[in-house]
Amino acid sequence: MDGLASFFEYIGRQSDDLLTAGIQHAIYLVTVVVSATIVSVSLGIWTRNRPVAREFALATASVFLTLPSLALFVLFIPVFGLGFWPPFVALFMYAILPILRNTVTGLSEVNPAVMESARGMGLSSRQILWQVQIPLAWPVIIAGVRVSSLLTAGIAAIATLVAGGGLGDFIKEGLSRLGLPNGIEAIWTGTVFIVLLALLFDAMFVLIRRLTTPAGLR
Amino acid sequence: MTDALINLDGVSKTYPGATVPAVAELDMEIPAGEVLVLVGPSGCGKSTTLRLINRMIEPTGGRIIFEGEDVTDVDADKLRRRIGYVIQQIGLFPHRTIAQNIGTVPALLGWDSNRISTRVDELLETVGMDPAVYRDRYPKELSGGQAQRVGVARALGADPDVLLMDEPFGAIDPITRDRLQNEFLRLQDELHKTIVFVTHDIDEAIKMGDRIAILEEQSRIAQYDTPEAILAHPTSEFVSDFLGKGAILKGLNLKRTSDITPERIPSVEASATADDARRAIAASSDGWIVVTEHGQPRRWINQEWVGNGSAFESAGHPVKAVVGPDNTLRDSLELMLQSAASSACCVDENGAYRGVIRIEDLTEFLAAMQLAERQRQAEAGAMSP
Repeated sequence: MDGLASFFEYIGRQSDDLLTAGIQHAIYLVTVVVSATIVSVSLGIWTRNRPVAREFALATASVFLTLPSLALFVLFIPVFGLGFWPPFVALFMYAILPILRNTVTGLSEVNPAVMESARGMGLSSRQILWQVQIPLAWPVIIAGVRVSSLLTAGIAAIATLVAGGGLGDFIKEGLSRLGLPNGIEAIWTGTVFIVLLALLFDAMFVLIRRLTTPAGLR
Repeated sequence: MTDALINLDGVSKTYPGATVPAVAELDMEIPAGEVLVLVGPSGCGKSTTLRLINRMIEPTGGRIIFEGEDVTDVDADKLRRRIGYVIQQIGLFPHRTIAQNIGTVPALLGWDSNRISTRVDELLETVGMDPAVYRDRYPKELSGGQAQRVGVARALGADPDVLLMDEPFGAIDPITRDRLQNEFLRLQDELHKTIVFVTHDIDEAIKMGDRIAILEEQSRIAQYDTPEAILAHPTSEFVSDFLGKGAILKGLNLKRTSDITPERIPSVEASATADDARRAIAASSDGWIVVTEHGQPRRWINQEWVGNGSAFESAGHPVKAVVGPDNTLRDSLELMLQSAASSACCVDENGAYRGVIRIEDLTEFLAAMQLAERQRQAEAGAMSP
């Protein structure tokens, strides 16, 4: 009970810093997820009839995701300097695969009979894409965006190592003061708020999915 | 090029890398306002042939002439908007309402929303679905039979002259299929569309087709004629094998009970007096009459059952074989055999008594059909050198 009490006391004292770090973290989440969604969905659409390009894009995005985040953040310092950009670029690279993979799957798994009848009625391939394929793939695409946002929320904690800010600041500080007063509390604060932020975004995507999924698919 | 709406002129399709063509130099006339059935064993190229007409598959040779216009090289999307297309798996858009589905082609053609809405209601009525109930529903809420009705309504969306149907009733249970076939034939009686209908089922071909093209491999036409002619005179062993046993019986599929005039055996209402019944029995050729309730046939009675009372609700024997106007003579025979009676009561679309057909009427019909075909063939033979 003592631990819990001192944890809340710590949060109370650090509320200003916590808000700043939380906003920085949320900015990573929003910018990364939005830009990765735009790029990945476009890439998925562009490669839908280009199997070679599609496989290449998926393979590249998979390789991105296997790069160790710690190394990647640091490696970008010479290119982008310290601060916002190295973490942003690294997180963006990680966020591509789930969205791209789901876009490709969603578009290719539209019922062939629906595609056949759409073509048979004289919809052009552009009309088929916008009126049939994307609406039907939409719930699958959103599911990919959700995975990316969870992934980003977690990995963004490392941004602190390249002076990028975010809730990782608390974890770094706690690690450096381990054994000293408030060390553990700081680590817990960073972790708990990252999870809360991730859950908040996840809930938002559930809402978005519900509002944007056509009634016939629900 | 007389009254043919579509002409296939040496149309062929060879897939890249294939040594033999899937469709080899096919010449075919598709007459306006008729149902042409393409039938053949699986792999004969009948579906490919159908899909060549609206260029879902691009031909590698030959010309397609549609309403006198060479459409082999025109914009395929625009061509398809003029041709209704129904497939076995239906392929309704799951994210759109029934009304939006049916309005797909009108919307593509830029109709205004009022006109589309009116057209959608009209088409739902046409396929026997209440617009108030169904227009705002989604495809997942429909049964298989309803979904295919919507599929047909959607194909009729912009009132095309031509419908292409690829085994449209193939995935539907036999009872619903039978009903859909009958509804479809009734619809065609009103609409007179030019229809190309693909099936592998010779019975369906005989029932649905004004003309049948029996196809062999590579879509070569083994025989192209009316169902009557094909049944009476298969021109090759392939065709007779494909017709299978019982080709004569299949002839009974060609006529519906509404096409024949049943014998008007006298009838009385169940509430009639004994005197009415006696008079009716006196007028009957074999002493049996039909008791109706609200005009619908219920029981058979003869002299024995007319006592002093006038209640005929439970007198005599129940009428078991009742055939509607959509039933074929084949259905009638089936019912007669099932109910162990040698006759069946014909009713109109409201179930009202029209008369009685007997097993002898069916045999006479078959004999007449065979005779007529033989005469026709003989005349054709005499005319040709």
